[in-house]
Amino acid sequence: MLLQQLSLFLENKKGRLTEVTRVLSENGINIAAFSIADTADYGILRMIVDQTEIALIALKEQGFAVHTTQVVGFVIPNEPGNLYQALQHLDSIDIEIEYLYAFAHNGNAATVIKTNDNTLVAKILAEFGYQLLGQGSQLHS
Amino acid sequence: MIWNEHAECMNREQLVRLQSERLHSMINRLYYNVPFYRKKFQEQGIGADDIQSIDQLKYLPLTTKQDLRDNYPFGLFSVPQQEIIRLHASSGTTGKPTVGGYTRHDLEIWSEVVARSLYAAGVDHNDVVHVSYGYGLFTGGLGIHQGAQKIGATVIPASGGNTKKQLQIMHDFGSTVLACTPSYALYLADTMKEIGMDPSELKLRRGIFGAEPWTEEMRKEIENKLHLKALDIYGLTEIIGPGVAMECEHQNGLHVFEDHFIPEILDPQTLQPVPYGEIGELVFTTITKEGMPLLRYRTRDLTSMTIETCSCGRTTARLHKFMGRTDDMLIIRGVNVFPSQVESVLLEMSETEPHYQLIVDRMNNLDVLEILVEVNETFFSDEIRQLEALTHKIKANIESTLGISAKIKLVEPKTIERSEGKAKRVIDKRPH
Repeated sequence: MLLQQLSLFLENKKGRLTEVTRVLSENGINIAAFSIADTADYGILRMIVDQTEIALIALKEQGFAVHTTQVVGFVIPNEPGNLYQALQHLDSIDIEIEYLYAFAHNGNAATVIKTNDNTLVAKILAEFGYQLLGQGSQLHS
Repeated sequence: MIWNEHAECMNREQLVRLQSERLHSMINRLYYNVPFYRKKFQEQGIGADDIQSIDQLKYLPLTTKQDLRDNYPFGLFSVPQQEIIRLHASSGTTGKPTVGGYTRHDLEIWSEVVARSLYAAGVDHNDVVHVSYGYGLFTGGLGIHQGAQKIGATVIPASGGNTKKQLQIMHDFGSTVLACTPSYALYLADTMKEIGMDPSELKLRRGIFGAEPWTEEMRKEIENKLHLKALDIYGLTEIIGPGVAMECEHQNGLHVFEDHFIPEILDPQTLQPVPYGEIGELVFTTITKEGMPLLRYRTRDLTSMTIETCSCGRTTARLHKFMGRTDDMLIIRGVNVFPSQVESVLLEMSETEPHYQLIVDRMNNLDVLEILVEVNETFFSDEIRQLEALTHKIKANIESTLGISAKIKLVEPKTIERSEGKAKRVIDKRPH
C-alpha cells in the first residue's frame, strides 16, 4: 500500500507558501503532513493531504509546478528504539532513502519515506507488522 | 530535383571565378550610375576597375538599412526609371518603407531563383501551388507566383485572408503545395480543426514557408498538423524578395543562389568575416541585379554558413538556422551572446521548456549572467538531487554553447514576465 504525496516546486519568494495554503484552504483540503526541502533559490514542498486529486487540480490551475509522488507511510509506536528498528530492516535489504519526514498520528509517530524501491519497502514493513498508511480518512487522528 | 544544375552544382573554383567577374562589372556599374556608391568608393580611394576578385570584397564599404532610408525612395537605383518595370516595398515598422526596383532582367532572375527554390522543395509542373502570401507591395505573393509559373505548376493566387474560403479552394482545387508564412500555416491548421476538416481530405505535400523566423518545433507542429513537408525559404525585398536562399528536401540548411547573391557572415562588432560554421551577421552582395544592386548589404539576420556539398548534390553555400537579429545581441565579458542560443540549448534538452530570461548585471566590474529557466510539472522532480543535476546539465550545455559561464536559476512556471504574448528575454541591468 503506497501513499500519494504532492510535490511542489516553490521559488524562495515571499508569500509563496501562503499562496499554497490559501489554495488548499479555499478548496477545503486538509494537510496531514508536510516537509520542505530547501536550497538557496528554491524549495520543494512535500505534502500528504486528504484529497490529493482535488488539491492537484486546484494547484495546477493556479500555475504551480506540482505533481504526485508515491511514498510509503507507516506508523511507529511511540517508544524509544522503534525508528532504529524499522530502519535496520530497510538497511538489511539494501534500500536507499531519498528522504523521510514524520508527523503525529493517534499518539504514535507516522513516517513518510521515499526510497529507491517503495513497493519493496511497503512489503517488508508490512511483513514486520508495521501499520501502513493509505490515502483518505485514516490520516485524520 | 535541381532546376539549374549548371548554376547550383558548379565547383567552387568555377563559382568564385564567375562571382569575381560579376562583382567587377557590378562595382563598375555602381561607380558610374549610383552617386551614393561613387562617393563611398572615392572616399576609400577605390577605382571603378580596382575590384577583380571576391577576395577583395572585405575591403568594400557596407550598406545599411539607414543608407536605404537616406536614399528613399529611388536614390540607389542604378538605371533610368523607364527601365524599372516593377516596384515593391516592405512595410517599414520603423521609419520609411524599404523599396525594391526591378528591371525586366531582375524579374527574370527573381523567377529563376524561385523556380530553383521550388524544385529544391520537390515541387514541379505537376503541382498545384496555393500562394497564400499577400499579393501587393510585399514580395511574397508575386515572388512565389512568378517562380511557380516559370516551372509550369498550376498557380492559385489566393493571397492572404479569408481562411475558410482558402481551405475550401485548397480542397476543391486539389492544392498540393502551400506557400505562406509559417504562422499562417499554423492558423490554417487550427481553422481546419475548428471547422472539422481532416488534413487527409487535402492533397498538400509540401509547404514553402518564410518571411518570418520559425523554430524546428514549429516545423514539426506544422508537418504533423498539415501532413506535409515544411521547407524554409529566405529572402528580403532589398536583395530581391523570396528565393535568395532555400532549403532542399534534406532540410539541412538554406542553399544560397550564389551566382546571383554573394553571402558573407561578419562579426557584428568588428565587421570582419568569421570562419565557416561561426555565427555572425548575414551580409549580401547582389552581383547580377540591375535595378537596385546592393553592395554588402547588412541584413541584421544572424546565422552561420557552410560551403560543404549538400547530400542533394548542390555545391552552393548553405545558411543554418537563423539565430535572431543583431538587434538582439548582447555582449557579455566581450563575448557575443544571442538569446536564441539559450533557447536552442533548452529546446535540445528533453527535460526543459524554452521559457527563459537572461539577466545581465555588473558586479565588481565584471559582467555576470544569470539565466532563469521555468520548471514545469513534467520535468520537476521531488528530489533536490535531481533538480540540482538538471541545473548542472543546463549550466554545462549553456556554457559550451555560449562560451561563457552563467548562473542557472530554476523558477516557477509562468513567472517570467511576458509582454504581448511574448516573453521578455533579456534584462540588462548594467550601467550604460
